[in-house]
Amino acid sequence: MTVLAVDVEKKLGALQLSVRFEAAGGATALFGPSGAGKTSVVNMIAGMLTPDRGSVALDGTTLFDAAAGINMPPHLRRIGYVFQEGRLFPHLSVRQNLDYGRRMSGHPRDPDDFARIVALLDIGHLLERRPRLLSGGERQRVAVGRALLMRPGLLLLDEPLASLDAGRKREILPYLVRLRDDARVPMVYVSHTAAELRRIATKVVRLDAGRVVAAGGLELLDATALDELE
Amino acid sequence: MFDLSPAEWTAVELSLRVSIVATAFAVPFGIAIGWLLARKNFWGKTVLDGLVHLPLVLPPVVTGYLLLISFGRRGPIGEFLYDYFGIVFSFRWTGAALSCGVMGFPLMIRPIRLALEAIDRRLEDAAATLGANNVLVFFTVTLPLALPGVIAGVVLCFARALGEFGATITFVSNIPGETQTISAAIYTLTQVPGGDAAAGRLVLLSIVLAFAALFASEWLGRRATIRFHGE
Repeated sequence: MTVLAVDVEKKLGALQLSVRFEAAGGATALFGPSGAGKTSVVNMIAGMLTPDRGSVALDGTTLFDAAAGINMPPHLRRIGYVFQEGRLFPHLSVRQNLDYGRRMSGHPRDPDDFARIVALLDIGHLLERRPRLLSGGERQRVAVGRALLMRPGLLLLDEPLASLDAGRKREILPYLVRLRDDARVPMVYVSHTAAELRRIATKVVRLDAGRVVAAGGLELLDATALDELE
Repeated sequence: MFDLSPAEWTAVELSLRVSIVATAFAVPFGIAIGWLLARKNFWGKTVLDGLVHLPLVLPPVVTGYLLLISFGRRGPIGEFLYDYFGIVFSFRWTGAALSCGVMGFPLMIRPIRLALEAIDRRLEDAAATLGANNVLVFFTVTLPLALPGVIAGVVLCFARALGEFGATITFVSNIPGETQTISAAIYTLTQVPGGDAAAGRLVLLSIVLAFAALFASEWLGRRATIRFHGE
């Protein structure tokens, strides 16, 4: 079953981006070298970047359609976004960060859901802290929890491990795998590291110079893996 | 410690009232215009920027005179406000508050604008993906992050209002109990024989008020920093 259908074109400086792919449940990897346009694609899905042409649909709802003049603003799209640098709100505690999405969308408090995700990511002991006092790995786990607690229809993760050292990466990857298997939120996972994607991805879309060069299973990460070619 | 006469107390009370009212009315305008100058590009932005800063560079007497001819009872704005809302500025303490607010405004705008410009816009994008519309983003992310700048602006504006003299005396004169603030009272006392003792008391009190404002801003600023940075 198709959850996400993306068909977008956008001119970004010298790069002519033209990307078309579909994603089902599980974790869809957007894989490619730096400058391939991965983050731009994710930003177009989230509504932070407007495509020149094309359409984006999630769960049968049109989020963007250039021809029909539809462009839903980001705050209505219900898409969780985990940024490379976390982007936790520095003036709020971890608990308030986690609760932010629910408050902004006006959902009633759900202590069970909160407890479940806090336990899943193992961040219960951090709740009263300020983001500044968290380690890189803790910060990213909180960022994932914050995105999940808004009950998204889709979770976008843009190089969520890129700012972490190897040890921290090993620390956080199991949580993301658990998330994929337990939380049942479809994920689009951006990375240029094949090793990381081998652990998490269920489907792979390879991008290069703004185009989809291959789409398929994990085998795309192996023989032709970019980080081995480079 | 301060053995002030009732007339002197009146001046102190009036000064505080004028400064508080002036600052309170200036804050929403300061945030709105600071935001416009920090975030938006529009036709006439340079003119607005210049207009806001004019009281900083004009002689206060000129600002006071401009207020007099525009907000006085026969001035175009003053006449309109009186006819339709019954608001009078000339020779009233409200006029003193207006001139103090105008004089303090450029000092308030600057830190607010700088704080808004320094905010990481990516945090606002993150708030939008979490379901916050533009208004919510402003009140839950932008404004709290700009709070240290707003506090600095409030303190500077308040201090300027407390010390305002030239524009106020030109606009609303020097009427005991109505428009005679501490500064104006000190000025009057230095012009009459035997006024030195009373002037000295008010001068001392001005110094105390100035220190209190500085300490308050320091304390508030540190609290805001602790809230954001955790130490």
